[in-house]
Amino acid sequence: MERNKGRGRFITCCLAPAVILFFIFMIYPTIDVFRMSMFKWGGYTADKTFVGFSNFATLFKSDKFYSAFQNTVLLIVVVTIVTFALALIFAAILTREKIKGQNFFRIIFYIPNILSVVVISAVFSAIYKPENGLLNSILGLFGIGEVSWLGSSKIVMYSLIIAMVWQAIGYYMVMYMASMANVSESVYESASLEGAGKIKQFFSLTLPLIWTNIRTTLTFFIISTINMSFLFVKAMTQGNPNGSSHVFLSYMYQEAYTNSSYGYGMAIGSVVFIFSFALAGIINAVTKREEIEF
Amino acid sequence: MSKKDTGAIKQTSKAGIAGIYVVLGILAITIIVPIAWVFLASLKENEQFYGSPWTLPNGLHFENFVQAWTEAEMGSYMLNSVIVTALGILLLIVISLPAAYVLARFKFKSSKFWNILFMAGLFINVNYIVVPIFLMLVDADTFLRQTFGNGFFLNNLFVLALIYASTALPFTIYLLSGYFKSLAKDYEEAAYVDGAGYFRTMVQVIFPMAKPSIITIILFNFLSFWNEYIISMTMLTKAELKTLPVGLMNLMAAQRSAVQYGRMYAGLVIVMVPTLILYMCVQKQLTEGMTVGGLKG
Repeated sequence: MERNKGRGRFITCCLAPAVILFFIFMIYPTIDVFRMSMFKWGGYTADKTFVGFSNFATLFKSDKFYSAFQNTVLLIVVVTIVTFALALIFAAILTREKIKGQNFFRIIFYIPNILSVVVISAVFSAIYKPENGLLNSILGLFGIGEVSWLGSSKIVMYSLIIAMVWQAIGYYMVMYMASMANVSESVYESASLEGAGKIKQFFSLTLPLIWTNIRTTLTFFIISTINMSFLFVKAMTQGNPNGSSHVFLSYMYQEAYTNSSYGYGMAIGSVVFIFSFALAGIINAVTKREEIEF
Repeated sequence: MSKKDTGAIKQTSKAGIAGIYVVLGILAITIIVPIAWVFLASLKENEQFYGSPWTLPNGLHFENFVQAWTEAEMGSYMLNSVIVTALGILLLIVISLPAAYVLARFKFKSSKFWNILFMAGLFINVNYIVVPIFLMLVDADTFLRQTFGNGFFLNNLFVLALIYASTALPFTIYLLSGYFKSLAKDYEEAAYVDGAGYFRTMVQVIFPMAKPSIITIILFNFLSFWNEYIISMTMLTKAELKTLPVGLMNLMAAQRSAVQYGRMYAGLVIVMVPTLILYMCVQKQLTEGMTVGGLKG
């Protein structure tokens, strides 16, 4: 009995600090996002008016919101596909082929992941500078005139995509190298005895065998892309030119924090939450495969 | 691509291998060149930034660093960053270790509930909720100011560290409890037989075994706290309390109007160098630590 009482107390003491902080800084603010989306409120004054779903009604009529929505979806689709395709191919090459300097490549490819997004943005601002940026000066050698990488609303999203892929690719490559290294050599040996080529091995052995890992990382990658796109937009373009490069969260931040229409901002926040949960659920369902083991 | 060309044959041909090296080399260059360029640019004179970007510095202009460090206050921002990062990691470790241990190894009435709740937290991104957190602190400060005359929560490095630690809890607990679950029950049983209580067993028997996981957690969170800027920018509005990445944002903005390039690139180097040094020391643990979550044991 005495021991049981001690056990309960021990559990409480260990768990309480984490639970309290988790509630204050994560659960409560999350609930607040949904609750305040029903209010018209500037954020700093006491007068809050309950307006029901009218913030959402305004939101779904707003062109700015649709532009941010579109940009977010574009980034999610393109960045995810490019990053995963390249990361998987490079990981397969570095684990399957006898490449000299394998370690060197791994160390280099991982570097972007340790840099702050602010640093990456500053680096890419230098690369994208119109007059004498690194990229335009190279393109100039091939006779291509000045491209306004961040200044044109047609190109700016693709410039962001390049920077985001550059940042993410190494991390996922290293992760897949780790899981591909766990696939035993004998599996590949018997496959090549049966005459399966390298490409066939990649699609019918490597990918299915690490599928569980790909699936989990894919879900988290998509959610983190919603977040990373915010970081990049905030540091690199601030939504410019003319607000054309805003994504979900940068638009929310601008409305809620800079523009002081907090209720409206939180309506955007609610949509982002629902969107990312739904997306995670869809990805999870679509990528479901029977687990293969050898 | 090159893999496709050579895939049909068993042993990759020489041309195929060469192709692989070319592609890997190009990717490596796109990473090395911009970073190396920033290091060179940080030593250039302002006038040099109007010509071709590929010229070498016309001398080692270390005064860029002096200016960034003193006039642009990157020195004091560095100190703020060190304080916030160190405090954040310390709080995170002290709070998450016992919680993860209990969640992984004790069965009690609500244990499943808490496990699921913290797992759900993995899907809440801090930046989704940064504005509500900010306003919550504004409210708390307004209340404190009315009652005691001054605020506490905003513009406080400790509170920022606490927010960092709290929002890193779900991932850290997930990682740590994965490790704790893999340990055999015998460790605790042996310790209990020897007469050690729950607390002593946890601190003296279990935690020392978790050292590799703890190191992984420190590394990952060092990088994320050190590089973070959205929360820092929102919660710290006083100029003297800024952290390094926010200071760098300022330098970037100032560069657009006052054209002080050298100083900005020096600031960039100042932000980058600590993470690069850390990375060089621990790249093995960092790149291998990614698998610690479930596979270790």
